Amino acid sequence: MTPEIGHFALILALCVSLVQGTLPLIGAHKGRAEWLALARPAAQTTFVMLSISFAALAWSFYVNDFSVQYVAAHSNSQLPTLFRFGAVWGGHEGSLLLWVLLMAAWGIAVAHYSKTLDDTMVARVLGVLGLVSTGLLLFILFTSNPFDRLLPAAADGRDLNPLLQDPGLVFHPPVLYMGYVGFAVAFSFAIAALLSGRLDAAWVRWTRPWTIAAWIFLTWGIAAGSWWAYYELGWGGWWFWDPVENASFMPWLLGTALLHSLAVTEKRGSFKSWTVLLAIGAFSLSLLGTFLVRSGVLTSVHAFATDPRRGVFILALLVLVVGSSLVLFAWRAPKVALGGSFGAMSRESLLLTGNVLLVVACAAVLLGTLYPLIIDALGLGKISVGPPYFNAVFVPIMVPVVFLLAAVPLAKWKNTDIKDLALRLWIPGVLALLSAWLIPVAMGGWTAPTAMGCALTVWVAASGVLQIAHRLKSGMPPPSFWGMHLGHLGIAVFVFGVTMVGGFQEEQDVKMSPGDTVSVGGYQFKLIKVSDVMGPNYKASRGEFEVTGAGSSLNMLYPEKRNYFSSTMPMTEAAIDAGFTRDVYVSLGEALDGNAWAIRVYFKPFVDWIWGGCLLMALGGLFAMSDRRYRLKVKARVAEKVSFKGARA
Amino acid sequence: MKGWKKRGAIVVGGLAAVGIASALVLNALNSNIALYVTPTEVAAGKAPKLAAFRIGGLVKEGSLKRDNLVVHFVMTDMAHDVPVSYKGILPDLFKEGKGAVVQGKMETTGDFTASEVLAKHDENYMPPEAKQALDQAQKTKDAAKP
Repeated sequence: MTPEIGHFALILALCVSLVQGTLPLIGAHKGRAEWLALARPAAQTTFVMLSISFAALAWSFYVNDFSVQYVAAHSNSQLPTLFRFGAVWGGHEGSLLLWVLLMAAWGIAVAHYSKTLDDTMVARVLGVLGLVSTGLLLFILFTSNPFDRLLPAAADGRDLNPLLQDPGLVFHPPVLYMGYVGFAVAFSFAIAALLSGRLDAAWVRWTRPWTIAAWIFLTWGIAAGSWWAYYELGWGGWWFWDPVENASFMPWLLGTALLHSLAVTEKRGSFKSWTVLLAIGAFSLSLLGTFLVRSGVLTSVHAFATDPRRGVFILALLVLVVGSSLVLFAWRAPKVALGGSFGAMSRESLLLTGNVLLVVACAAVLLGTLYPLIIDALGLGKISVGPPYFNAVFVPIMVPVVFLLAAVPLAKWKNTDIKDLALRLWIPGVLALLSAWLIPVAMGGWTAPTAMGCALTVWVAASGVLQIAHRLKSGMPPPSFWGMHLGHLGIAVFVFGVTMVGGFQEEQDVKMSPGDTVSVGGYQFKLIKVSDVMGPNYKASRGEFEVTGAGSSLNMLYPEKRNYFSSTMPMTEAAIDAGFTRDVYVSLGEALDGNAWAIRVYFKPFVDWIWGGCLLMALGGLFAMSDRRYRLKVKARVAEKVSFKGARA
Repeated sequence: MKGWKKRGAIVVGGLAAVGIASALVLNALNSNIALYVTPTEVAAGKAPKLAAFRIGGLVKEGSLKRDNLVVHFVMTDMAHDVPVSYKGILPDLFKEGKGAVVQGKMETTGDFTASEVLAKHDENYMPPEAKQALDQAQKTKDAAKP
C-alpha cells in the first residue's frame, strides 16, 4: 500500500508542477493577479507531494519491502539501517526522485524568502522551476518509476552495491544534487529576467545569494565525492577526469564564472547578457551531467545499467531547455544588455578575462568528455580520451586564472593604474619567486610544475593576507570581503595540495608476507599478519600493519578486503593515517601464493589540503552569502524598483 | 579608451584565448586518444602498432594466472583471444568470465602489456565497448554459418 501512496503522490506532484509551470507564467504575461498568486501555494504543494512520495520510498526500504522492484534491486535484509536509508538514492530511480525533491525544496525556499520581491517576478521564477520539474517528473513516471512492483516479490534483495555502503554515500549525492539543482534557481531568475526584460540591481541582489548557495553545495558535493573516491575506491587518486566527475565539474566552472560576473553586474551594471548566458549555461550543464550519468552513453565508473529510452528522453529534455532558453535569450537579451563602460585595465576587464578563461576551460573539459561520443556518432570508431588530455589542456588555462586572483581584488572599477597594482603586488611577487625555488628543493626535488604550483600558492596567499591586513587598518570589513578572500585562499590551499601530491607522492605495489617490511616516503610498513574478521553483512580479510615514521610515531593500520554475502563482488577498504602534512595509505590487493599478499602502499604529502581548500572556498561562499546587503536593503529596494518602473514608462 | 579600440582589444584578446586553447586541445587530443579495438580486430592485424589502445571484451574463463605481482590473462570476444599481462593490483571487479577494458600496447611477441585495467562500480554492468566487441564477433560468426 505504501508504495502506491508514493506513486500516487508522485502523479499528483506532476499535476501540480504542471499548474505551477503554466498558469503563473501566463498570469505574469497577461497581468492576472489571481493566476500569479497560484505560484507560491503550487510550489509548496509540489514539495509536500514529493516529500510524501520520497518518504514512501524510504519506508519501503526501511521495512524491506522486496515487492518493490527498486528496493529489491538496491537493498537486502542484512543491510544496516543507515545504508538502507542511503540506498534510497543508491540507484537511478531513487536518485532522480531525490533530484526533483531537492528542486522542490529550492522552490519553497524561493517562495518563502521572496516575500519582498514583486509577485510577477516570483511567479515567473517559480513558473520556470515548475516547468523544469514537470519535465523531470514526466521522465521519472514514464521511464524510471521507483514504485514499480515486482510480482512475485523477491525473497531477498540483490543488495546495495558494496562500494556505496559507506557513510560518505549517504551524504555525497544529496549535497551534490543540491548544487546541481540549485543552479535551476539561478536559471529561473535568468529566464524570468529575459521574460520581463528587466535586469536591474535589485534582480542581481536577489539572484546572487541563491547562486552562491548552489555553488557552495556544488563545491562541497564535489569535494566530498573526491574524498570518498580517495578513501573508498582504494585507488589512492582524488580526481580521475571520469565523465561523471567532469559532469559535476563543468557546472562548477560556469557557476564560478557566474558568481564573478554577477559581482560585476551588481556593482557596475555591466556584463548583463553574459550573466544571463552563464546562468543558462550552468543549469544546462547540470542537465547534461544528468544525461551523461543516467544514459550510460559513456564508459564511466559511475555508469548504471542502462536503458536507451532514458537517454533519449533526457536528451530531448536537454535540447528543449537549452534550445528554448537560447532562443529566448537571442530574442530578449538586447532589451537587458545595457551596462556601464570600462577601461582596458580595470577590475571589470580583469574579471572578464578570468570569466572567459573559466568558460574556455569548461569548453575544453566538455570537448574531452563528449569527443568519444562525437567520434562514435560519426562512425569513426570508438575511442577514449584519457586524463593526460585534461591535464594538458586544463592546467595551462587555469594557471592565468589563479594568477589573476591576486590582482583582481586590488584593481579599481572602471580604470586602474598598472603602476598601483605593481606597487601592491611586488612583495607577493618576490615571495612567490622565492618559494618557487625553496619549497620544491626542501621537499626533495625541483621540477617546473611544482615550482609553478608553489609560486601560484604563495602569490595568491601572500597577496590575500596583505590585502586583509591593509583593509583591517580602516575597520572591520563586511562579510562579503571575508568571503572573497577566504574563497581565494581556499584556491591557494587547494593548489598547494595538488602540487605537493602531484610532485612528491610515492606509490608502491609490493608482494608482502607476514614479517616483511617496505619503506615508502620515509615510513616503514611492516605486515604483522592477515586474519579473517566478520562484519554485519560481510566477511573480510584484515591486514595488520605497523607503521614507523620519521618522527618515530608508531601507528597501526588495518586495511580490509571484504566479501559481502549478498554479492559476489569483493571490496577493498583502504586504511589511511591522515595528517596535516601527509597521509599514509595502505590497501590490500589480492592474496598471492602461500600467505603472501599484493599490497599497495602510498605516501601522499599534503593531500588533505586539497579538500581543506574546497572547504575554505565553500566557507567563503557562506560568508559572502551572509552579507547584510542581501537582507537589509529590502525596503530601499522596493523604492528603487518603483523608480525603475517609472524610468521605463 | 575609445569604444572601437576597446572592442578591438576584446576581440583580439578573445581570439588569442580561443586560438591558444584550440592549439592546446588539438595537441592534447592528438597524443592522448586511445582507440578501442576488439580482439577480432587485433587478430586481423588492425590494431595500432606503436600507439597505446584499448581492448574491450571478456576475461576468458580459466585464463587468469598470477606470477607474483604480474598477472596474465586472456581477453576474448568468443571468436579471437588476446593474451594480456599486467603488473600491479587488479581492480576489485576484475573477474574471469566478466567484461573488462584494458589499455596498453602490443608487444612484438603478440602479447598485450596493459598499463591500465578498468574497474566498474557495478558487477552487473558491462562496459559498452566490451559488449560491442562480443556482439560484433557473434554477428561475424552468424554470418559465416550457412
